[in-house]
This record gives sequence, structure tokens and C-alpha cells, in this order.
Amino acid sequence: MSFLVNKAARDYHGDDDRPLLWYLREELKLTGTKFGCGVGACGACTVHVDGEAMRACSMPVTALDGRAVTTIEGLQGRVGAIVQATWRALDVAQCGWCQPGQIMTATALLTQNPKPDDTQIADAFAGNICRCATYARIRQAVSAAAAKL
Amino acid sequence: MASLPHPTRRHLLQVLGLSGAGFVIGHFAGSASAFAATLAPDAHQRPDAPLPIGPFIQIGTDDTITVIVRHIEIGQGVATGITTIIAEEMNASWKQMRFETAPLGDAYRRDSAFLGKGVQNTGGSSSIASSWVQMRMAGAAAREMLRAAAAARFGVATSDVTVVDGACHVGAQVASFGSLAEAAARIAPPPPDKLVLKEPSDFRFMGRERDANRVTGRIDAVAKTDGSARYALDFNPPGLLIAVVARSPKFGGKVASFDASAARAVRGVADIVEIDNGVAVVASDYWAAIKGREALVITWDNSQAETRSSDRLFADFADALEGPGAEVRKTGLGRAGLSGDGKLVTADIAFPYLVHAPMEPLNAVIELKPGVSSRITSGFQMPSFDQKAACAILGLAPDQVHIDVTLAGGSFGRRGTLDADLTVEAAQIAKAVNGRAPIKLMWSREDDIRGGRYRPMSIHRMSARVNRGKIEAWVDHTAIQSIWSGTPYLDEGKPDALAVEGADVLYAIPHVGIEVTSPNSPVPVLWWRSSAHSHTAFAKEHFIDIVARDMNVDPLELRRSMLRDQPRMARVLEVAAQAAGWDAALPQGRFRGIAMQKAFGSYVAQVAEIVAKSEGGFAVERVVCAIDCGIAVNPDIVRAQIEGGIGMALSALLHEQLTLKDGEPVQSNFHDYTVLRIDQMPRIEVHIVPSGEAPTGVGELGVPALGPAVANALLCASGKPVTRLPLDLAGAGKPTA
Repeated sequence: MSFLVNKAARDYHGDDDRPLLWYLREELKLTGTKFGCGVGACGACTVHVDGEAMRACSMPVTALDGRAVTTIEGLQGRVGAIVQATWRALDVAQCGWCQPGQIMTATALLTQNPKPDDTQIADAFAGNICRCATYARIRQAVSAAAAKL
Repeated sequence: MASLPHPTRRHLLQVLGLSGAGFVIGHFAGSASAFAATLAPDAHQRPDAPLPIGPFIQIGTDDTITVIVRHIEIGQGVATGITTIIAEEMNASWKQMRFETAPLGDAYRRDSAFLGKGVQNTGGSSSIASSWVQMRMAGAAAREMLRAAAAARFGVATSDVTVVDGACHVGAQVASFGSLAEAAARIAPPPPDKLVLKEPSDFRFMGRERDANRVTGRIDAVAKTDGSARYALDFNPPGLLIAVVARSPKFGGKVASFDASAARAVRGVADIVEIDNGVAVVASDYWAAIKGREALVITWDNSQAETRSSDRLFADFADALEGPGAEVRKTGLGRAGLSGDGKLVTADIAFPYLVHAPMEPLNAVIELKPGVSSRITSGFQMPSFDQKAACAILGLAPDQVHIDVTLAGGSFGRRGTLDADLTVEAAQIAKAVNGRAPIKLMWSREDDIRGGRYRPMSIHRMSARVNRGKIEAWVDHTAIQSIWSGTPYLDEGKPDALAVEGADVLYAIPHVGIEVTSPNSPVPVLWWRSSAHSHTAFAKEHFIDIVARDMNVDPLELRRSMLRDQPRMARVLEVAAQAAGWDAALPQGRFRGIAMQKAFGSYVAQVAEIVAKSEGGFAVERVVCAIDCGIAVNPDIVRAQIEGGIGMALSALLHEQLTLKDGEPVQSNFHDYTVLRIDQMPRIEVHIVPSGEAPTGVGELGVPALGPAVANALLCASGKPVTRLPLDLAGAGKPTA
């Protein structure tokens, strides 16, 4: 099988069931994608697979044949840049552990829907836990980023 | 002394000891009872002796200034705060500032009113408070040394040198800090009593809002938004092996026997060793380690284990409340004041175990050369204790055990354990495998939810005697496990005052008794954000409203009438009430409640507004908070911490509980240990009360008043007190008011 990670071609010969999360963190040393729960409940491991927000802890690498994975380290494009800049301007991050996942979720949302309403924002982020409870600023940042798009 | 991992082109401003006996305050050197005596109702973290500035400020020839922060950055913003203080007194330029987290080191140990002599600690919302004077002095001393170096270079008197924006000016001549650093490093520092600290009216950074160029913005914001921020879980030294531990499903259980044959056959498993806490699987990667662990067959000896279920625990705790508890504090006649004229009002309020559950699961990396040295890397809050534990297990001296402290993905107290639980596991594993490779001990989320170290469960039995429109007596008797028992910080047989920290009333009530009874259980307990304030403030502030309702008086009026000798507390109460529009009537279906607390030296008051939902129940829609934390070094970080504390408190109020069935945790991950998500985060307004006082606690201050403010709003709406957390607010029916 072969696939792309941040535009670089990769192949894989490991366990059938090993999640993408551990391949990214341990094989490729891309530690920006974080481990939070391992069961797809917290969103800390959110990456893009062909542009769609997915939980890397719940995807085996073997399911990625022919697909393109983007991690926080490989975030490019206008939407991603505006999201990151807005996150910094509003000082959204506190401990920061969940924030790569939040930023990937934000970028996927705003790429598909540049003007989300409050309900759409809440739905898009329902799977991203922030234990520091930066939720108010996440909402503000998504709205502020949307205003720039 | 631990060596600092810094490149050689930075010049250390080597100041050999700014000593000055006049600056030593709150020097703790004594027994636990002497320590407990420091816990008077207004005691809080105090600044103590100044330290050499060399280990704190490093100036590069590239003109960067790296602040070495002796507190761990766990999200609370201390890295930015300390950097702001240094930059201020140095008259540096913001864009030249950098930071690193200090490893454990002699220069970073302090005497602490909280933990005693010579510890390096982050906790109790005390970092800025405890470093305020010393970091200002360090920055001022560095500035003076740079001025003196510039004076020498330009051949003028030091008084002819002005320091602006990271450079020294003599007329039209300019020398950057970077160009002066090597010369400045050789200059003797001014004595402490000659140091001039800035007047607040001259502050350029402290107290200032972040601007469009991100001056005084969070110094870790970029790294935390591009994936480059490095936490302990991200540390991957060459040859790393991963260890996970199979621990007893019941607390206090021990390994009776185990069969590792199937586990050893799992691809990637390198070794299997027994340690005190269970059986460790060491493997090439995390997935292999977990699969190896799943293949272990272990028989547990539960003869000393906790086997009760939560219902039974609460019943036993209620039984423990029969009769008076051990007296922690007494005003007037204490409990005896409950006898007398008037009416007795009582309520029992019960709180569950809570999991800290920081988003970065627990982990530590240990490198060991047996008999020679060891390095342990983790997000430690109390690295002094980790070094001590590692030395004992590995048979090494302190200068052979280096502790590196990284960023942490949250902690809320979980990474600050007096018994160094993570380090004990990691060191025992490393020793058992003879240091064959660096080992990263990892806890899964299930390990974390099920692994104990919970905020203790408790029942507060509240009693008040009301006579002729006044509360004349007040007793708070709490049944709660002790965090400190078995440590040197609690004398045997003495009541654990810290277990009910925050129960003290600032209200003018003639007879007050604060009592505690500590039932035993093998379930390990620990802090959680705001420690005991997370329940003591709830019990106190909700009970005050229960009493007010019984007296048929307005709860804000009742508080006001009893706070005449507490000007700072009374002021935040007024600021919150006014900002929330307390005197204006609310629209139909909206209700509000107010609560306040003094914690970690600061004063906080919150008004919570709840709105009745058409389908029944209520939602928390708006929270207004006023805080007096002395000088707010970074106002936006203060606001962010309050927002976060409110969110965490709401999570506990509405959702969180760790329950036991036959002694085993029922919950295991975020699907059943439910926490607050974005859809339930209310609108929050934070008002920082202007103050010239030295900074006091911020990080945990959002938590204590939120729960009772919401409960008080619900009391208003429904007439029903909240006697058990978590509260099913969505199922609380329709308003009766």
C-alpha cells in the first residue's frame, strides 16, 4: 500500500490494526498529532484524510491506501493559515494539547463551510474536548476566522 | 547541581547570591504542626529569599533573552507571566524574549509555606505570587549590570545610560543587550537594597493588554498552534522502549501471580517485569505494549483492597458524620454555639470522586545508567519529590539524578504527587530491565480514569442557628479522606486542615466550627483544580443561600450584612453583582445566583444566570465573574484562567463523577466519564478589580464560586437545594418561581 503524509509518499508494512496515530507519532516522529483517549472520543488526534477531519487513533494505517493525510505540521493553504493566525491573535491555547486537533477541525469546517452559524460550530466541535475549557475562545476564533474568509 | 541544557553562546549573568535577610518571609522550617499554623484563614503563598539571577536570565549574542522559568507551564500561563516580569524590569523588547522550563536545580528550589524547605514546586496558584519579588529583582539587577557594561564601553557614568527597549543608550550611541552581555556577565551585581523596582505607573508590559503585535501575548502561542510544542509524551530518545503497567482493578489490590507467556509472544514485546504497582510490559511501541498487556493473565490478591461500591461509601461517610468531628478551626463557642435561641437549619451536601483527566495522558521518560546516573523527563509539578523517590529506588545520589521538566498538556494537580507515583513506576521498571534502553512509561486514558488520585469524595454536614434575623452559629463538618495522611506534612493523630481548605467563613458569624472526620480507604486521593475549594466553597456558598431562603432574605443582602470587616471580599461581590445587573429584574424563565470565595490569596465572586428550557430543565447561559488578584501581570491570561476554571467547574457540576462498583471504577474513558463540551460553555464576562497589591492566585480561582452560583440560581428557580453532585440540570423540571 502507499499513501501520502503531508505530501510525502509513504508505505507501511506493520500490524494490520495499528492506528494511524501511532504510525505518525512513533514512525514518522510527527508528534503534533496528540494522543488523548485512543477511542475517538476526544478529538486530540484529529488529522485530515483527503481534506476531511478524521480521528487518527481510530483509523488503522492499512485503511489509508491511496489517500492523503495532512497533520498539523503540514497544514497549508489560506484557510489553515487564517485559522492559526486567529488562534494566536486571540490566545486561544492554554496547555495546548488539544489545540492541534481543534485547529484541524476548524480548518476542515471552514473549508467546507466558510460561514458557519453557532449550531454548526457546536456540532463540528462536539468531538473535541478541551479540559482547559478554552471553548469560549475557540468559538470566537472560528467566528473571527470566518469573518476573514 | 543539575547542568542547564543551554548552548554556549549565551552568556550567563553570573550573580553570586543576592542575599538579604530582609527579604526572607514565611520561611518554613519545622514540624507539620508549625506548618499547619501557617494555614490561618488569610495565609497564602509568600515570596521568600531572592536567588542568583544567572540561572534565570540568559542573554544570547543574537540578542535573545531566555528566561528560565522554575515553574512548569501547564496551560496556566506562568511562562508568559514570569517572562513579562523579567522583560518589564529589564526594559527589554518583547520580541527578544524567549523562555525555557527549568530542570530541577538547586537554584530553583525555594522555601515554601506550602511544602517546606528547599522544594521546586508549581501548585496552589502560587507561581507568580512566590516569584514576584525575586523575578523583579533579577530583572532589575540584570538591567543595572547591562547599564554598567554600557557605561564602561562608552566611558560615561552609569547614570548617563538609559535603557530602552532592549538596548542601552548614551546620547546617540546605542548598544544592544546582546552586544553587552559578555561584559555585563563579569560585572558585580548591585546589592539588593540598591535595586530600584519600577513604579506601576511606569509599567510597559505588566498589567497591559496584549496588542495587535502580540506584545505580552502568550509566549507559547505559536508553538502550541503549529504542532512544534514539545511535551514529555513527545520526547523520543534513540532506542526508546515503551512501558505500560497492568494495575490492580481494585485499589489496594496486589499481584498474587501472573502468567506472561502469551504476552511475551506478542510482536514487539521486549520484556515483562513485576513492580510494586503491578506488571509492566516493555515493548518497541505503544500499540505492541498495549497488546502485550492485554495478553497478560494476572491473579490479584484483594485482601487489602477497597471492595465497597459508591452507595456504600456514601452511607459509610454519612455514618462517620454522626457526632462532632475533629476541630480544625473554631470561632467563639464553635459547635456549642448551635445551642441557643432561634432556629436550626441543616443540610447535607455530597460530592463524588473526580478525575483530573488532563488531556495529555500521564507519562515519564527515564534513562538509566545503573549505578551511575539517571535522567527522568516529565511534566512534573513537584520534581523535588520525584528526584528523592528516584534516588531511593535507583541507589543514586541527588547529583546523579537529573530531572527535566517539560511543558505539560494540563495537570490540575495530577502531576504533583508527594509520593512521586509516576517516577516510582518508571524507576522500578528501568531498574528491573537494568537500564537496557530509555523507557517511556505511558498511561492510557483508561489507566488514568481508573487509576485513582481522585479529588476526594465527601459529605459536608452543614448547620446554622438563626436567631432574630442573624446567623449566630455555623458548623461545617466534613467526612473526607485525607490527602496528607501518611506524609510528613500531617502529624499523626492531627486533623487534616487542608482537606477542608476554604471552608472558613469570612462572614461575621459569632460562633463557627469547622470540623473534619477522615474515613479510611485505599482509594488514593489528590488535589483537582482548586483543591478542597472545589467542594468547601460549594457547601458554604450554597448553604448560605439555603439559610437566606429560610430566613426569607435576599442572599446578596445577607452576604453584604456580614462582610463589613472584609473590604476586598465585599468589593468583588459588589463588582460582580453590578456587572451582572443584579438589581434589574430578569426576563421570565431566567434566574440567577451569586457566590464568592477567597482562595490562594485572591477574592472572587460570580453570578450565574440559568435559563429554563422549553423541554424542561435549565442551561447555564451566562457567568459574570469579578476577581481581585492584586496586580494582574497579564490581564488576558487572568481572564482565560477564569474562563477555564468556570468551564471545569461546570463540567464537574453537570457531568463528572467517578463511581465504584465492588471497589472497581465504573467509568473508563471519555465516553462514560463525561466532561463539558463546547455546546455547554456559557458566555463569560470577567472583571479584574484594579489593585496595587502584589499578585495573588489566579490559575484555580475560576472554580470555587461557579458551582454554588449555579446551585443558588436553581434554588431560586425551583425552591430545591442541591444536595448531591453532579446535578442533572437538564432534568431539573420547570421553574416554580
